[in-house]
Amino acid sequence: MSGPAPKTSDMREALLGDYVVRPGVADELFDESGAMRPVWAPFIDQLAKLSPEETRGHFARGDQYLRDAGVFYRQYSTDVHQERDWPLSHIPVILHETEWTQICEGLAQRAELLERVVADLYGEARLVRDGHLPPELIAQNPEWHRPLVGIAPASGHFLHFLAFEIGRSPDGSWLVLGDRAQAPSGAGFALENRMAAARIFPDPFPRANVRRLAGFFRAFRDAMDTLPGAEGRRTAILTPGPANDSYFEHTYIARYLGLILLEGEDLIIENGAVQVRTVSGPQPLGVLWRRLDAAYADPLELDESSRIGTPGLVDAIRQSNVNVVNALGSGILETRVLMAFLPKIAEVVLGEGLKLPNLATWWCGQPNERDYVKANADSLFVGEALSRALPFDIGRGSALAGVFQNPNGQSLSDWIDANGPGLVGQEAVTLSTTPAWADGRLTPRPMSVRVFAARTPHGWTFLPGGYARIGRAGEATALSMQQGGSVADVWVMRDGPALEETLFAPDSFRREDTGTLPSRAADNLYWLGRYIERTEGAMRLLRAYHLRLAETGNAEEARLTRIAALLKVLALDVGVPVQTALEPALSSARVCAGKVRDRFSVDGWAALTDLTSSLQAMSGAKRPGDDCARALGVLLRKITGFNGLVHENMHRTSGWRFLTFGRAIERADGAAAVLAAFAGEGIAPGLPDLALEYGDSRITHQRRYRIDPTRETVTDLLALDANNPRAIVYQVTAMRRIAQDLPFARVEGRVSEVLQSLMPLEADLTVADPAEITEERLIAIRQTLNDISLRLSAAYLV
Amino acid sequence: MRYDIRLTIGYDYGAPSDHARTLVRLLPSDLPGRQIVASRLLTIDPRPSERREATDFFGNAMSALAFHDPIDRIELTLRARAERLARPPSLDLSPDLTRLAAEIAAHPGLESAAPHHYLGASTRVASDPAISAFAQDFATPGMTVMQIVETIGSAIHQTMRFDAEATDVHTPPADAFANRHGVCQDFSHVMIAALRAVGIPAGYVSGFLRTIPPKGQPRLEGADAMHAWVSAWCGSEVGWVEYDPTNACPVGLDHIVVAYGRDYADVSPVKGVLRTSGEQDTHHKVDVVPI
Repeated sequence: MSGPAPKTSDMREALLGDYVVRPGVADELFDESGAMRPVWAPFIDQLAKLSPEETRGHFARGDQYLRDAGVFYRQYSTDVHQERDWPLSHIPVILHETEWTQICEGLAQRAELLERVVADLYGEARLVRDGHLPPELIAQNPEWHRPLVGIAPASGHFLHFLAFEIGRSPDGSWLVLGDRAQAPSGAGFALENRMAAARIFPDPFPRANVRRLAGFFRAFRDAMDTLPGAEGRRTAILTPGPANDSYFEHTYIARYLGLILLEGEDLIIENGAVQVRTVSGPQPLGVLWRRLDAAYADPLELDESSRIGTPGLVDAIRQSNVNVVNALGSGILETRVLMAFLPKIAEVVLGEGLKLPNLATWWCGQPNERDYVKANADSLFVGEALSRALPFDIGRGSALAGVFQNPNGQSLSDWIDANGPGLVGQEAVTLSTTPAWADGRLTPRPMSVRVFAARTPHGWTFLPGGYARIGRAGEATALSMQQGGSVADVWVMRDGPALEETLFAPDSFRREDTGTLPSRAADNLYWLGRYIERTEGAMRLLRAYHLRLAETGNAEEARLTRIAALLKVLALDVGVPVQTALEPALSSARVCAGKVRDRFSVDGWAALTDLTSSLQAMSGAKRPGDDCARALGVLLRKITGFNGLVHENMHRTSGWRFLTFGRAIERADGAAAVLAAFAGEGIAPGLPDLALEYGDSRITHQRRYRIDPTRETVTDLLALDANNPRAIVYQVTAMRRIAQDLPFARVEGRVSEVLQSLMPLEADLTVADPAEITEERLIAIRQTLNDISLRLSAAYLV
Repeated sequence: MRYDIRLTIGYDYGAPSDHARTLVRLLPSDLPGRQIVASRLLTIDPRPSERREATDFFGNAMSALAFHDPIDRIELTLRARAERLARPPSLDLSPDLTRLAAEIAAHPGLESAAPHHYLGASTRVASDPAISAFAQDFATPGMTVMQIVETIGSAIHQTMRFDAEATDVHTPPADAFANRHGVCQDFSHVMIAALRAVGIPAGYVSGFLRTIPPKGQPRLEGADAMHAWVSAWCGSEVGWVEYDPTNACPVGLDHIVVAYGRDYADVSPVKGVLRTSGEQDTHHKVDVVPI
């Protein structure tokens, strides 16, 4: 040991030297007297011990985890394929459990209030009749859906899962900034924030005292399972689909909780019952945790332009046959202007004031309120009354702190007068700041916390922390991720170690029913199998061409032009860059995979992503010949890696069967296509050789026939050899075995239509002689394979 | 006036569709003091696997149909006998626009006839600057709401040309107005937008017109298909008043009501979603015969 260790206070100084809390702003780290809040001290001291390089290394581990786990979010109004890295702010927000408990008490009261309000708005509407809510704010609210009026939810409750955006005002007290009741998102991201935090701060202390998140999810899943009518029926997450900005989260939660992930087209309604189309026929659903907005849920009774809904869903709900979490129509609670009336409504319906106030709000449809907003516009946000956007998500047609840009040159005051009933004023509260990492030091940034609440048989329970939005420097108005903000974990700290909570309570081990596979998922897996195999086949053929080109160096040579012509028959153009030739099949594979992401392991997804990005990264300038051949070799190894992950690790459920069936049929068809194309050329020298290369069977051929390849030997090996995984008959047998394991393989003594087509083909190929496998015969085999594909679709996939 | 009504609507689909679901709003209902429906029968061919009769938010009869097996056509036939009752000519007790606004604000409740539903934008009727400007010209101070309704209704009739081919069921009112043509649905949507623009709550009515006019009177436009007109809220004293802008006349004994809503989307007679990619072809025939 040399020299004295630096004092804690010096290390803190290095970390916090630039941390200056602005006057009139509350701060999470320092209290109003300028002293560090005790709940932060252990964390800050631990962080201070790390050198800036070490800290960067820790942060990088968290970021790497998120990338590996495939956590991303998608921006609305941009290309649907555009996925952004999850913008993690590495420093958590730390709150003491005592303060947290008070927040939750206030929010539990608010959740109860919201339940009463929504039940009234879709029931008797007494709040309107008695003058506590202006009727026009309901009647003209796009989230008040008339077809739902009068429908009482099957479970007795509209609300089961809520989120609240809260912030700390300058005097240190907490405020509700917004309510999320339609389809609150972020809880899955909260889990991922926590997983990343565990990698960033691996030392058990002070994390040992942080409350765990898993128990909340267990409680909510159990609560859904105990809803009336849920027993014996399945619980599903209903997603708008991969184009939605939080689709990743839907897949994540579905996987985490063992729920099936469905889209509107997966559902059918029969006699008022909501069912999922599966490969084993329709199965009843008991609970739908919907993540799509109500308007899109049923084109028959709600927004008729919706392409992602289920016709008849509202009627099924009307017949009380399914629990919807949250009930359709709950989105009206997110309306900004409601905040102007909720404090009074709380007193009327609960007999007590709000324990946690909400953002002060004035509706400009009332004369006194309008005058107040006009007079105080300098310190207010003014925006659309019926908007469901959170505060600080500032869009068109809004003004903040008196700054208003109207294209018509209207003054703010005239604008308010002209649009009174359509506008609200809201206090432009200055949010508290919390530490964020910038340039090797901590710096204060504005923040708000999102609190998730779930209804259980024992009341509302809250996710302890996990999710805060962090704004850019100094700007309380830039909290939105879409505008460059970021997200941080929230640690709710106890004074002693927190109890371990995991998803599975130790005494309640159970093996989940692996479930019936929705037809749409089966369809996507089937086609994923086909497209991956198609890509692999194309890679092999192109590599064979480029290897020969490398040997001769002359693309005009007769043999090469003939190979190029043959590849053209197989829809492969050697004249375009390799990535262009491979792109269609691979991007189709990726689209299919994206739709069944909940059924993939993280590794499987990562392998596919790696393959796609390698292909995209191939420069267009790869020289034909050796360069291309080598690049294709790399891609082939990657695609084999993906196949290996899938086939070694994927559970042998129906999903695996459809994926594998797809691969087998594509491989059989590919072999038939290559043999047919080359057979037409007679026994042109070199072509049998190419077919062997396509079939990855050169070595087997040498060992087995000990002569140069001829049409007969190649046909024998690639069509009729029951032990060669590249042979047609081998794949047909594989398909037949899978088909026998599928639902309805044998009904009343008769085999399924798929088997009726497969079994004769298998028998034919088993007894055939290579000389019989003519070009015509190969074409007939391909037609049979196509017929099998159609029969499979008709029986299981549509 | 009593009528025998017979309506047939048919759809032929290019490709069979399974799990078809359809919502039908074709059955006329009793309207106290205005309309008595002696009998009504809706038959559907092929026979649906499920059929449920319900009443929607606006009080309209709604038949929910489902077909489990694939179908490639549907034909709906309505036979009804209805009587329209003569009402004494109403005195114009409607307020001016300023007082109307106060009466709307003072109206409590969200029942389907409450005026609050019929202001602002609805599914098919968005506010349109051209229609608003047009309407403002006819709403001069001192006029009663009933006068404004008639004035705007007849102005639309004079401005727009009836043209059965120019628009379709999806044409937005702004387009129909810009081109000054359309059918009863377009006339009605334009009038609704115009009335709402000056602050008068306005809704959409679907129904039937008698096919053969009384002797010596011209045949009304829209009698060979289902018809539509407008209902306007003229203050708490008068309530709802109906006007037919396609024919520039108050609604009387020639009009049989089927359904009320904010616009066409709330009352569309046959709303269906089919899982089919094929073309579809429709036919539609109405007979309304006085007895």
